[in-house]
Amino acid sequence: MLLQRFLIRLLTMAITLFGVAVVVFVVIRVAPGDPIAMMLPPGATDADIARLRALYGLDKTIVQQFFIWLSGVVRGDFGTSISLRQDVLGLVFNRLPATLELAIVALLMAVAIGGTAAILGARERGTAVEAGIDIASGTALSIPDFLWGLVLILLFGVLVPVFDISGRVSPQLDLPFVTQFYLFESVLRLRFDLTWDLLKHMLMPAVALALPLAAIIAQLLKQSLKEVLDLDYVVLARVKGFSETQVILREALKNAALPTLTLVGVQFTFLIGGTVIVERLFSYEGLGNMAIDAVINRDLPLIQGIVLVFALLFVLINLTVDMMYALLNPRLRHG
Amino acid sequence: MSATCLEIRNLSAVLANGQRVLRSVSLAVEPGEVRALVGESGAGKTMIGKAVLGVLPLSVRIVEGDMLLEGENLGRLSPKARRTLIGTRTALIPQDPLTALNPSRRIGPQMTDRLVRILGWNGERADQRIRQLLEEVQIRDPDRVLKSYPHELSGGMRQRVLIAAAFAAEPRLIVADEPTTALDVTVQKQILRLIAQLQREHGTAILFVTHDLGVVAKISQKVSVLYAGKVVEEAETAALFAAPQHPYTRALMAATPRYTDPLASLKPVDEAVLAGLAAEIAAADRAWRPRHG
Ligand SMILES: Nc1ncnc2c1ncn2[C@@H]1O[C@H](COP(=O)(O)OP(=O)(O)OP(=O)(O)O)[C@@H](O)[C@H]1O
Ligand SMILES: [Mg+2]
Repeated sequence: MLLQRFLIRLLTMAITLFGVAVVVFVVIRVAPGDPIAMMLPPGATDADIARLRALYGLDKTIVQQFFIWLSGVVRGDFGTSISLRQDVLGLVFNRLPATLELAIVALLMAVAIGGTAAILGARERGTAVEAGIDIASGTALSIPDFLWGLVLILLFGVLVPVFDISGRVSPQLDLPFVTQFYLFESVLRLRFDLTWDLLKHMLMPAVALALPLAAIIAQLLKQSLKEVLDLDYVVLARVKGFSETQVILREALKNAALPTLTLVGVQFTFLIGGTVIVERLFSYEGLGNMAIDAVINRDLPLIQGIVLVFALLFVLINLTVDMMYALLNPRLRHG
Repeated sequence: MSATCLEIRNLSAVLANGQRVLRSVSLAVEPGEVRALVGESGAGKTMIGKAVLGVLPLSVRIVEGDMLLEGENLGRLSPKARRTLIGTRTALIPQDPLTALNPSRRIGPQMTDRLVRILGWNGERADQRIRQLLEEVQIRDPDRVLKSYPHELSGGMRQRVLIAAAFAAEPRLIVADEPTTALDVTVQKQILRLIAQLQREHGTAILFVTHDLGVVAKISQKVSVLYAGKVVEEAETAALFAAPQHPYTRALMAATPRYTDPLASLKPVDEAVLAGLAAEIAAADRAWRPRHG
């Protein structure tokens, strides 16, 4: 039964990814802009162009190209980047960790900030504190992540330059890392000097990405908490002598968290989408930044590889959310 | 003679729009005594219970009066001290056992958490105590019940669990808010008998909220009759049934078939009596000024 559900799940994931691959493959080929023309110096002959087209397989029909590409993908070969002349998979895996670290730090920040605001607002419901939290979250939500990025650059990069606003790590540092998960590895190696430098670079893009999500969490979770706080079992817990904070943390939070959890799953995929522009703004060397270069250069194989990896991330996130939902809800667990 | 278990003096409460929901309510519960609080739906029975336990909704504000729990004036305590006092000396048997247990926590921790975290018992003592109480409420497989989630138990079982939890900490006062109305008719009798039995054995005072005069007769020694947030009559239960004084009480009894003709259909309370009461209350409200607050 459980196995069956899991297999169905895997199948839908595979179909989703296939669909994404088809759509992207077709769209970037019918969209205007020719990768070959962009590579060649002005004055190249038609023969040169034709030779290069053949080299990258662009002389075949879209359907033929797709199946050639797909048979490569199945074998783990995503082709060669046209603009960078390197293996696509290698390029993507080289950049993915930077983006993952940024997205996860942003997510943790959003949960911490939004969760705290929601709990505080629910505890102080009906007071000026709650009103303040409503105003703050309304503001955070009405400004998109990339604009927050610009605001932060102006504030802390230009007016009061306390944080680094460019890159992933200070270039003069000697990095001992063997993986691309710099932040994670710096902690494991107990090189907290490097951790600090990485965090200083990551802080502002992460805040920009986190603020809108934090606001959503604050609003939704506070609303759910307030509904739960009127329920009988919460009243009973108050009679037992528990304080309002204890009541929220022990009785209300878990039951109120389910709607927020589902939404955070969806919003986290938006947050990862947001890294594309935010990484660009802060010159952060992640996958999103590379994606923009790939699009500018019409680097078809690289775009396909990046999009497929993003799509894979999204379906994995959805899977994780579903599993957490089942874990938090005993009725589903036993049902 | 120890201090009165619960004393409510002149308690008035209003809604946000200024409408009064409790009108200078006074009542006392002596140690070990069951006091019934009877009245129609909306009379304010639940409000009185919630006021005592410090869990009134935010929209309801106490504007006048005192509540004394074993001589301690609840209104004079800091919020934290009041919470702790209520947590140690009182308990609640709620109306609806389906909603009074947290759906995502197992029964065991829900029953022991007060003993451990508020009263400071160690886990083993709390566990023993809870098992003893589960036996007293005639639950035969405590291991299964303690490990269950609420949705795995029937309504009657859940109410037994809540009753056991209420008595576990040996409170001086239990507020029981219509503890049987949400149950099947057959289960109602068992649960009522169980509460009466535990009450006798533990000698706990109970403020027993009900709209059912039959229940009043079975369980209580004293009774207060409530109408529109006002106590219209109070008496020893036997005396009340023998000779109801207030017209509203008489009308309420007439409306309950068991005390007149068991075959008569349920009649609404007499219109003329209600009109008289409404006029009386309106006049009182016009004259009323809270003494403080
Ligand atoms: N949360 C609330 N906010 C505002 N008014 C309320 C609230 N709950 C109840 N009331 C009002 O307070 C009055 C007393 O309600 P209460 O629940 O105490 O009645 P009750 O005697 O317990 O009735 P029932 O037998 O239906 O339980 C009613 O007029 C009701 O409409
Ligand atoms: Mg009620």
